[in-house]
Amino acid sequence: MSFVSEGADFRGALAARAGRGLAEPSLAGVGDYIALMKPRVMSLVVFTALVGLAVAPGSLHPMIGFTALLCIAVGAGAAGALNMGYEADIDALMIRTQRRPVPRGRVKRGEAIAFGLTLSAFSVVTLGLLVNALAAALLAFTIFFYAVVYTVWLKRSTPQNIVIGGAAGAFPPMIGWAAATGSLSLEPILLFTIIFFWTPPHFWALALYRTDDYARAGIPMLPVVAGDASARQQILRYTLILTPLGVAPWALGFAGPLYGLTAVVTGAIMVALAWQVFCERRPAERASKQLFAFSILYLFLLFAVLLIERGWGGLLARLVA
Amino acid sequence: MGRAACPVGGVTIGIAMNDQQDDDGIVLTEAQKRARRSRSIAIALALAALVILFYVMTLVKGPGVLVRPI
Repeated sequence: MSFVSEGADFRGALAARAGRGLAEPSLAGVGDYIALMKPRVMSLVVFTALVGLAVAPGSLHPMIGFTALLCIAVGAGAAGALNMGYEADIDALMIRTQRRPVPRGRVKRGEAIAFGLTLSAFSVVTLGLLVNALAAALLAFTIFFYAVVYTVWLKRSTPQNIVIGGAAGAFPPMIGWAAATGSLSLEPILLFTIIFFWTPPHFWALALYRTDDYARAGIPMLPVVAGDASARQQILRYTLILTPLGVAPWALGFAGPLYGLTAVVTGAIMVALAWQVFCERRPAERASKQLFAFSILYLFLLFAVLLIERGWGGLLARLVA
Repeated sequence: MGRAACPVGGVTIGIAMNDQQDDDGIVLTEAQKRARRSRSIAIALALAALVILFYVMTLVKGPGVLVRPI
């Protein structure tokens, strides 16, 4: 082989790599990588983990608490990056997601996945070294569950995707509790259950008015596969399971009367909205939008009141100690 | 360059052209340089934060830094 042919081969290979987008230098900025971490999802994860951490018994140095929350936040960001890296093809087809960094071409799929894997490793190892092994193991399992079980397996294969996959979003209070105590008990499992049963009505309400979007991307969300009426019925069923669970921390003596009152009132509103969704038919989507918006407030209020009532006093005592 | 010692037509020119292209490599635009610089700074800051975090946590945990209850 002559130098000429070697050079031609090299240039050919380079051109082929450039054609596949491998050799082209990246234009991605820091903002693109932050967007990969899904900051809004991350903020909800940090908030629920904070509640788990704050309501847990025993003493905890604030720096250890901060480290635990930081690792949980980075772990959630890592899961988000892995999700965006894997789902770039369907993200490009959906209006809601087509502005994400990978479909826009700002970050390549491989870069997003490498970023997610790096953050996963750092967050889990740091949490294990600086806080405790149980919290680290739970964080690792949560990232695996979201990135592999939900994103790779469930999301494209079953209309129950967000029912089972919802567990990933429900783990953070348990991780927070485990970080504070090094163990688990009924209370964090109850918090897990509340988020687990909150997830289906929340996401199906969104899917009801984004059905075309999901159908275009080929994602088998319940309204796409089972139809509009069936999805509305399932939303009502899950809401009827959720609201007693929301009251359970008060009923079981884990929370005070303020929490009980909040859970009863907001739970009643959730059921009323779910009933409206059940009665509504396409193309009407007002009730679905209202339920989607209120479900966020519902979960936030439950956890915020729990934090104020149970956690805040404990957190202040720990800071003073 | 400077390897044009062999004056035999195509081969010599081929070598020179290859060297020219290899030496130049991939030339970054100003925007790409700015993006790379911002990424490098972010990585440096993240690593510095990690070092500080481990240092502070070592002080906080004291001799029990290696005790990690399950």
